[in-house]
Amino acid sequence: MIRLEKRPQPSKLWTGLTPLLAVVLTMIVGGIMFAALGKPPLEAIRTIFWDPLFHPQFASYSRPQLLVKAGPLILIAIGLSVGFRAGIWNIGAEGQYIIGAVTGAAVGLAFYPSESVLLFPLMVVAGALGGWAWAMIPALLKTRFGTNEILVSLMLVYVAENILASASSSWLRNPEGQGFPGSRNFKQWPAVFNDELIANTGMHWGVVAALIAVIGAYVLMARHIQGFNIRLTGEAPRAARFSGVNPVRIVLLCLGISGALAGMAGLFEVTGPAGQISIDFGSGYGFTAIIVAFLGRLNPFGILLAGLLMALTYIGGELAQLMLGLPGASIQLFQGMLLFFLLATDVFTNYRIRFVGREVA
Amino acid sequence: MADTLLSIRGLTKAYPGVVANDDVSFEIQKGEIHALLGENGAGKSTLVKMIFGLVKPDRGEMVLDGGAYAPAKPSDARRAGVAMVFQHFSLFEALDVAENVALGMENPPKPRDLARQIREVSETYGLPLDPSRTVGTLSAGERQRVEIIRCLLQNPRLLIMDEPTSVLTPQEVEILFETLRKLKSEGTSILYISHKLEEIRTLCDEATILRLGKNVGTCTPREVTARQMAEMMVGASFATPEARATGTGEVLLKCDALSMPAPGAFGTPLREISLEVRAGEVLGIGGVAGNGQDELLMALSGERLAPKGSIFFKGEDISRAGPVARRDAGLLSGPEERLGHAAAPNMSLTENGVLTAARRKALVSNGFIDWGKATGFAEEVIKRFDVRTPGPGTAARALSGGNLQKYVVGREIQQDPDVFVVNQPTWGVDAAAAAAIRQALLDLAAKGAAIICISQDLDELMEISDRFGALNEGRLSPTRAVSELDIEKIGLMMGGAHDMEVAHVDG
Repeated sequence: MIRLEKRPQPSKLWTGLTPLLAVVLTMIVGGIMFAALGKPPLEAIRTIFWDPLFHPQFASYSRPQLLVKAGPLILIAIGLSVGFRAGIWNIGAEGQYIIGAVTGAAVGLAFYPSESVLLFPLMVVAGALGGWAWAMIPALLKTRFGTNEILVSLMLVYVAENILASASSSWLRNPEGQGFPGSRNFKQWPAVFNDELIANTGMHWGVVAALIAVIGAYVLMARHIQGFNIRLTGEAPRAARFSGVNPVRIVLLCLGISGALAGMAGLFEVTGPAGQISIDFGSGYGFTAIIVAFLGRLNPFGILLAGLLMALTYIGGELAQLMLGLPGASIQLFQGMLLFFLLATDVFTNYRIRFVGREVA
Repeated sequence: MADTLLSIRGLTKAYPGVVANDDVSFEIQKGEIHALLGENGAGKSTLVKMIFGLVKPDRGEMVLDGGAYAPAKPSDARRAGVAMVFQHFSLFEALDVAENVALGMENPPKPRDLARQIREVSETYGLPLDPSRTVGTLSAGERQRVEIIRCLLQNPRLLIMDEPTSVLTPQEVEILFETLRKLKSEGTSILYISHKLEEIRTLCDEATILRLGKNVGTCTPREVTARQMAEMMVGASFATPEARATGTGEVLLKCDALSMPAPGAFGTPLREISLEVRAGEVLGIGGVAGNGQDELLMALSGERLAPKGSIFFKGEDISRAGPVARRDAGLLSGPEERLGHAAAPNMSLTENGVLTAARRKALVSNGFIDWGKATGFAEEVIKRFDVRTPGPGTAARALSGGNLQKYVVGREIQQDPDVFVVNQPTWGVDAAAAAAIRQALLDLAAKGAAIICISQDLDELMEISDRFGALNEGRLSPTRAVSELDIEKIGLMMGGAHDMEVAHVDG
């Protein structure tokens, strides 16, 4: 008989090992799934994990994509992880990401065709503020009326998508765009174009911001008293109140940080890789970042690695669709498995397995 | 009516270091509501666990309806017609009422029959309950009804209820009492465990009083006062403590008619609590659990802010100051619940040190935690208070109750408070650790601090306090010097405000 036994304290070894185990299990079960779909499993796995980086033909295109995709994922996931540590579940980063892009783009376009070097920083601030403000809606509703931030932030994603649609088709539409939906293209406006900083690396300002966020979050959570208060609130809310932590402030702080970072990610995306506000701007980064945050164990450096890994499955997934004709849904399933196995193996962090003989009742 | 249902003869059960039940004998008649009364730790739970087959007695025997009765497990007890409603419910929130009832039965009938039976029983005994409701949506009182109905469906001859009213609202208590009286009129015997004296007086026919594992007496609750029962609970073993130099220092903490609403549905409101505690003095606050102890601690720690002008620290109104400001001023506190309130279970001892000592011990500068200093502080506490643990990196939940208690109390004492408020400082702690904690409190007072010790252990309060008061339904009796107290006066104070009036006339 197998019995689970609670560990006296969480195992450090397993905390580090579970993400690796989850990746391996995902590869195995994913491979079985690909085989069932009639595709060569090893080749599919190789296409997803190996080819984007090392394929002689495609790698030169897909390698820079790694940072392009990982940048926003990491930036958003870092913000989310701060809230998750406090037990505040912002599920609506996608909405904050969209609103950040819209407000940042709107502020920039208001000054079109200015060539000022201050404009881009101003847009970054506007994007962050937009995301922050969007996250303040669930925060204020929670602190004032006790609503559930999971539901409110999630619902606001759909509101944000409608705002995005209206922006791209009416009030931010390119006046010189022959009536096609979509804003002016920032790629054709050098003063604000968030271009690659080093050619063919995919490194743009958003990636730089993500790296700064990783270090900032590490310092906040490990060294700063606010980070300590955030962790304390997540671990034991009553003890936090006893310690003197104001729960309202923690909610505002956590949702504010995650909203601002998501909004900033949206701005970097719209002025860079996406290039314009368009109806299909929302790409699901805000949701995938939730997986990234957990895959990275809510640890800033873990999130950095998880973001890169998740970006790899995105690019590799697209490649696999192209090369092997795998259905898009199977790639999403594959990514979902990663989170599933992570949560499943997570049990070993707090529990150990004991094999015991059948006891006499 | 004189038929005896259950006769308990000389039951003894010893655990390492403590005799939980020592030669306990009493009888429960058929159709009788029999109270089992005693303070926390008096051995009530162990006794009913033996009757219900959860614990095997070391010595002694039980006779049920003329036949020998020695249940080896709860299902034996159930078969013999003994059912028990526990203080903590064992229900699945996601399942509905009927499914929960079925799970607790040996041979559950078909779902449809069961739902009909539940409806019948709930109507017969005035326990309104819909079998198809999900348990997660039920109030505590309704959940208790699920447990009761589960028992009643097995037609028990003896129903054991462990502190059933501790989770109920006054209205729900009324409904429960009606049900119990109806059961009694049908000949079912009830063993009713409680330490709420007034309840026992209204409901029970006979009462057996336990103190320190011994049966110290039987009485008919209707014929004695709550005060007399309290005296029996407290016991004659109480010795008048030696007079101590009562603190004559300045008043450090003062409450002036402190009133606060109850924090939740089952909390107790604080009603016009007035107290003073002076430098070098220990004020002991007694009373039965659930009479406002937790609420008083939260009001003094600053977790719940009191109305303006009700709490003064060194003459300054701190009623609206939060925990951080109060700690800065020198008012520290230690809550009763170790895990989750005084300490975060999954965090290390070092982190749990930062929890309250961050500012007083300057473990934080410019918002950044100095982990080296924090570890040093944790090590100091571990060393000075002899906390048995591998080191300051250990998670709080990995410590035994006594060791964690030494750590959380020591954490505050190590910060040299001017006033220290502590609730149940030695609850669930072994004798040696308890003695060490009490000594630390006395040493702190000797250095000129004022201490408020809230406890349900009267012996402890008599040992360390200079003055004593008792909480009853959120009211604090006038405090008196311990040297003037005798057993009767303590009984009066614990008996509540009504009895106190009488005392004033007498005195």
